[in-house]
Amino acid sequence: MIEFKLPSLGADMDEGKLLEWKVGPGDTVKKGQVVAIVDTSKAAVDVEIWCDGVVQELLVQPGETVPVGTVLAILSAPGDSLPLPPPGAGGRGEGGAPPRRPITPAARRRAKELGIDLDSMPASGPGGAVTIEDVERAAAKVSLPRTAAASDKQAEMRMAIAAAMSRSKREIPHYYLSEPVAMRRATEWLAKANEGKPITSRLLMAVLQLKAVALALKQFPEMSGFYRDNAFQPAAAAHIGVAISLRQGGLIAPAIHDVGDKTLEQLMLDLTDLVKRARSGSLRSSEMSDPTITVTNLGEQGVAAVYGVIYPPQVALVGFGRIAEQPWAEHGTLTVMPVATASLAADHRVSDGHRGALFLAELRDLLQQPENL
Amino acid sequence: MEEKELRAVVIATLKTIAPEVEEGDLRPDRPLRNQVDLDSMDWLNFLIGLHEKLKVDIPEADYAKLVTLGDVLDYLQKKLK
Repeated sequence: MIEFKLPSLGADMDEGKLLEWKVGPGDTVKKGQVVAIVDTSKAAVDVEIWCDGVVQELLVQPGETVPVGTVLAILSAPGDSLPLPPPGAGGRGEGGAPPRRPITPAARRRAKELGIDLDSMPASGPGGAVTIEDVERAAAKVSLPRTAAASDKQAEMRMAIAAAMSRSKREIPHYYLSEPVAMRRATEWLAKANEGKPITSRLLMAVLQLKAVALALKQFPEMSGFYRDNAFQPAAAAHIGVAISLRQGGLIAPAIHDVGDKTLEQLMLDLTDLVKRARSGSLRSSEMSDPTITVTNLGEQGVAAVYGVIYPPQVALVGFGRIAEQPWAEHGTLTVMPVATASLAADHRVSDGHRGALFLAELRDLLQQPENL
Repeated sequence: MEEKELRAVVIATLKTIAPEVEEGDLRPDRPLRNQVDLDSMDWLNFLIGLHEKLKVDIPEADYAKLVTLGDVLDYLQKKLK
């Protein structure tokens, strides 16, 4: 038997409201499949299941708000011969169940689609039968809009960000470093790469920066992972959280998985898709819980540099300022150079400024060879 | 294409990126990206939207010419002729 619990969807989420079940008792599910939609203070999230199995029982109903870690559903392992609850019992077991009521097949199907519990629903059909209308009525009561009223939602998101950032500043001994990075090679390389390309497959500088961070992390594992229970757990792969500002206010930093192993073209597709879904509120739970480091590109808004607040339980945040022309001295010559300031906020419990400085130097050097990214 | 019609297409495309935009609040002589808070991903998606609706090619080298809403309208008008 497998207990499927509400996963943590980030440091700023300690509870979630179940909006909808995508599966019902008897359904076979595959690892990574979206089984439910849960509303958090930031966005509605498609919650994926972490194992294969067969759904036995749904324990939480749409509309309920439950803390992280609550068992949402019981599953049996794929090979297990755990008996399915008899149809119509609503998955609640037999012992003390009320006598079975007649339920029309259409109502049963609809209830399953909506993830509605048939037991508790008032019935209006002949002989106390539950009809499809009853199901629709019950669904209307529990199914809430994917997002609450805008102002409430904003206030809630602000509080969630405040709580997570306060925790970060309270618990994480941050140190900050910055390094001006010459961007001539990268901007020229990018302009050339985009020159012959149709607009739909052009790259943005952001993907070069993400890839450079991922490659730099290979030599600096202490910048990527989670600090939990007084210990650092380095991450095997670079799942980079990308800070995305939401148009109605607030921000969210979901992950692009395995950035170091992807081509720039693939990263561009992933980034475009992620931004689109972050803004439309259809992120997946693994994207919310997996980031091993965050990258923020506040330079887009015109600032010279950003000194970030680490998103716990991560241990580092890399920021890029705007790319602007500056006087640049090199080999005894003064030139004009497009420059971006790269910054690092990192956790002193895990690394020291010395390693942080080497990390930034590596990042700087990687951005001088854009053709190798 | 009529200027009015083109303007309607441009505003509709902008609204797919920034739904909160009110056409009346847009100053045609101010940098569009600052007025509407478009980052480079939003800007790219805006141009992709125009490319798809109007079938015009917008080379990256031309981005620098497209600063204000007026610039965008002029540029597209010329391309469509």
